[in-house]
Amino acid sequence: MKLGSRSCPPPSPLGFAALFISTVVVAQAPPATPPPFKVGVVTFLSGAAAGPFGVPARNSAEVLVESLNAGKVPAPYAKAGLGGRPIQIVLIDEAGGTTKQVSEYRDLVTRQNVDAVIGYISSGDCLAIAPVVEELKKLTILFDCGTPRIFEDASPKYLFRTAAHAAMDNVAAALYVTEVKPNVKKIAGINQNYAWGQDSWNDFESAIKALRPNIQVTTSQMPKLLAGQYGAEVSALMAGSPDIIHSSFWGGDLDAFVLQAVPRGALKKSTALFTAGETATHKLAGQIPDGTIIGARGPHGVYAPDNELNRWFRPTYQDRYGLPPNYPAYHMAQALLGLKSAYEKAQGGGPSPSQEQILAAFEGISFETPSGPIRLAIGKGHQAIEPTVYAQTKTVGGKLTFVNRKEYPAEKVNPPEGAKSVDWIKSSLQAAK
Amino acid sequence: MATLMAVAADAVIYASWLFIIAAGLTLVYGVMRILNMAHGSLYALGAYTAASLVGAWLRGGHAPLGSYAMLLLAALLVGIVAGPLIERGLLRFTYGKDEILLVLVTYALFLILEDAVKLVWGVESYFVTEPYGLLGNVELGPLSYPVYSGVLIGAAVVVGFALRFGLYQTKFGKLLTAVIYDRELAGTLGIDVRRMYLITFALGTTLAALAGALTAPTVSVVPGIGVEIIVLAFAVVVIGGLGSLPGAALGALIVGLVRSAAVHFLPQVELFSIYVVMALVLAFRPRGLFVFAEARKI
Repeated sequence: MKLGSRSCPPPSPLGFAALFISTVVVAQAPPATPPPFKVGVVTFLSGAAAGPFGVPARNSAEVLVESLNAGKVPAPYAKAGLGGRPIQIVLIDEAGGTTKQVSEYRDLVTRQNVDAVIGYISSGDCLAIAPVVEELKKLTILFDCGTPRIFEDASPKYLFRTAAHAAMDNVAAALYVTEVKPNVKKIAGINQNYAWGQDSWNDFESAIKALRPNIQVTTSQMPKLLAGQYGAEVSALMAGSPDIIHSSFWGGDLDAFVLQAVPRGALKKSTALFTAGETATHKLAGQIPDGTIIGARGPHGVYAPDNELNRWFRPTYQDRYGLPPNYPAYHMAQALLGLKSAYEKAQGGGPSPSQEQILAAFEGISFETPSGPIRLAIGKGHQAIEPTVYAQTKTVGGKLTFVNRKEYPAEKVNPPEGAKSVDWIKSSLQAAK
Repeated sequence: MATLMAVAADAVIYASWLFIIAAGLTLVYGVMRILNMAHGSLYALGAYTAASLVGAWLRGGHAPLGSYAMLLLAALLVGIVAGPLIERGLLRFTYGKDEILLVLVTYALFLILEDAVKLVWGVESYFVTEPYGLLGNVELGPLSYPVYSGVLIGAAVVVGFALRFGLYQTKFGKLLTAVIYDRELAGTLGIDVRRMYLITFALGTTLAALAGALTAPTVSVVPGIGVEIIVLAFAVVVIGGLGSLPGAALGALIVGLVRSAAVHFLPQVELFSIYVVMALVLAFRPRGLFVFAEARKI
């Protein structure tokens, strides 16, 4: 018998019936669940930044994605998943340096085929990833890193940042210092020697010099990231007797600096200003002297507003993880809710939108978060601005509280569209003096 | 004048801390010819063990002064348990192999220990600040230093003299010196080289753990604290000469002075000041300050 010569027997009436029934059943079955929207989430799961930053951000992603998929988040996010499409997370550890992160990013996009990436706490990682994002053309949301250079030195198409950059932290810090300590004459700084620390100090120094041209800088210390031992730096800071010690330290470096400076009285003789200090207030509450100025990189953590989303987010997170969410947790919430807002805006009630449609919807979007409304107002609609808050610590009955709280509107402490932070700080603050 | 005093004080404190770390590294290299990349992990292990022991001690309502004993106990525990475990379980299979292979083996060990620490203690930070502030402060000109810094200096001096005494004044030290000079010959003379290696590695591990334990009260103990340490310790022993104890002491003092002077007078160069010194020393004395030419063995 030759292959292919065998003819198909005519279907029996029973076969016809089976075919008919199966066709009807398939036609009447509920539509299949849409494929999940895969999001690569990159955050520190090991190393010094894991405890205070990476893990709270991961926890936030977990609790939010579970709640979003279950449709349990309050309005305007009550619709399950992303417009009905479940969200699936692929977790990646941010530790290991920029070269490793570029490889991990390539792997996420090309092998794991994620639909979007949310990530990066380190400014160094953000700067390294930015050109690769444009090369691989994948929607990517920077959720926490602070360096202003990302959208000021380039105009990326696929990259967004749903949190304000570090210029806001330092402009607001300078305004706060001049308001609560109008007689400030001498300042000093201790910041980590990489993009975040350098940018933070430059912005703060420019801002406060614009507001108080005669202010004296006694020293600017730039120890290596994760140096851990700050004995000589504390001596150098104390020797100049500054009124204010500015620091954008974070994580283990911030803890170590506080632990080594406080017993020597350095933070009593001078007032410390920690622009990212909120993450240390949970575990080091007993160590931080009264009057220390604390920032949370926006209205996050203890500074978050009393809105419906925060009334849901804060207890939900705390019930699950035993600690209240800190600012990286709020930043992660902003990124996920920003993605959901852009997706559903692009979707418009129709089928799953394409990446191009989501990108178009994301540009310049405004959306609600547990920290209040966020607007991607600068960087050609790719960079968020948000209001920010500073306050001073006061221990009452063994509990750390915050006094002299001041909130700064987003437009006052963020540069306008098209302006470079450094130029804007000098011109606008001098004019506003 | 006050600034110079501060430079000197900061230099000595930093050098003491560095010396305790570097002494173990140079001892292990001097005797066993192993450039132990896992030294930083053993330092971290000491810090975590100290955090756990001091924490448990204070939670138990015991006298806070006892927390200093807990720091020492942590170092001894790590030295007695982890040292022999690593030497007998792993390193003894590599003796006689190329030094580069040993670097790779200890690097693998470093990676394993980093993950083991995360497995046991997680990624959360640990604080045991009590021993740091317990003894109060001393005033030095306009500056104030915790007495604990004096404890650190004292510990470095004790470690230095104890090692010197042990190596040059005891029978064990003389046997060890014989092993350092010629392992094969020492073996043929009836010296138990295996035992010497075991004790040396346990001692090196104890010193790494002691440095970690003494550092724990001044930092938040977090994953990765040992990574930076190994780079600094290498700089110190390379400047002084690999395998030389006086070299480690001098290297630590040089690094401490250079770093302290940079922080006080020229903070923008602090980051690479140590490595400039290292490069200069290597340019003129490629084997370090305290390693002298030796006759080639036939």
